[in-house]
Amino acid sequence: MSKFKKKKGGELPAISTASLPDIVFMLLFFFMVATVMRENTLMIKNELPYADQVEKLQKKDLVMYVYAGKPSDRYQRQYGTEARVQLNDKFADVSDIKQFIIEERESKREELKNKLTTSLKIDGETNMGLVSDIKYELRRAEAFRINYTTKKGDAAQNMQ
Amino acid sequence: MAKRSAPEVNAGSMADIAFLLLIFFLVTTTIETDAGLNRKLPPIQEETTPPPPLKKKNIFQVLINQQNDLLVEEKEMELGDLRQAAIDFLDNGGQGCDYCQGKGDPASSDNPTKAVISLQHTRETDYSTYIAIQNELVAAYNFLRNREANRLFGMSFTEMEADFNDAQYNGNKDQLEDKIGAIRDMFPMKLSEAEPKENK
Repeated sequence: MSKFKKKKGGELPAISTASLPDIVFMLLFFFMVATVMRENTLMIKNELPYADQVEKLQKKDLVMYVYAGKPSDRYQRQYGTEARVQLNDKFADVSDIKQFIIEERESKREELKNKLTTSLKIDGETNMGLVSDIKYELRRAEAFRINYTTKKGDAAQNMQ
Repeated sequence: MAKRSAPEVNAGSMADIAFLLLIFFLVTTTIETDAGLNRKLPPIQEETTPPPPLKKKNIFQVLINQQNDLLVEEKEMELGDLRQAAIDFLDNGGQGCDYCQGKGDPASSDNPTKAVISLQHTRETDYSTYIAIQNELVAAYNFLRNREANRLFGMSFTEMEADFNDAQYNGNKDQLEDKIGAIRDMFPMKLSEAEPKENK
């Protein structure tokens, strides 16, 4: 059985993988800390435009999100290609926004109610007509603080 | 007493478990973009009181048509020139403005506190164009406010605002608020947005 005898000295010792879990855990913790769970499943295309004069939104729990954009490919057969509003996890009509805002406001504590901000996450290709309608509804619901949520970047990229 | 030491637990699969978790978090999470342009909407006015008359020279008119072209003060303009045009208009200092550094053109605005920027768009304008223009106008205000804040307090306005919003800031917040208010009074952001026009 000398065929199977180990060659001596010719081979490198196996690299120890004992520290692999540590490295992976480190990565894991980084992602757990750095990322936030998506609150809503987006059913629309949502490529935000760019801006560079941005201010950060404070306190996540005081923000209400209104999404708008064209339905994504999966939903186009059912909902068409016209840009729509999404509130929470479902498509909504512009006229539903007022009710949505009032419900959101009711769920917050009294002293925080006037600190609520509405974040408008609107796809860059949306027509301003829809955006104006949304803004009008927000005014009707007395949600005057808004934030046009954008990506950070040069605004000239929007024009291409 | 212990005859047998407890057998060592095999930790070889630890990496696999950790990888599984890692991949789960990678897939389910996104780094949220939560920054943007803050705006305040005007309340709805029920009765149609006529707005106070404004001198035409105190209004800086910005129109965007359905092809996303820009018309500023009845002249076509590229997006890149808008910021400077807005700065020139606001900082003109026709009368009653001792901190303005503009040319003092009598045909342009009197005073930054009187100057109003009017933004009008059609229903067909793209949202991204609208944001680009909003961004440029905010940039014009920020430029002027930073200049004055640097001159008076030796600190830029955006820094002051960032400090004010920072919970860990350990300076005098009331004083900072007064300073921010003073700068805001010098260049109040008067951005009027008309209802979109029906396309002609």
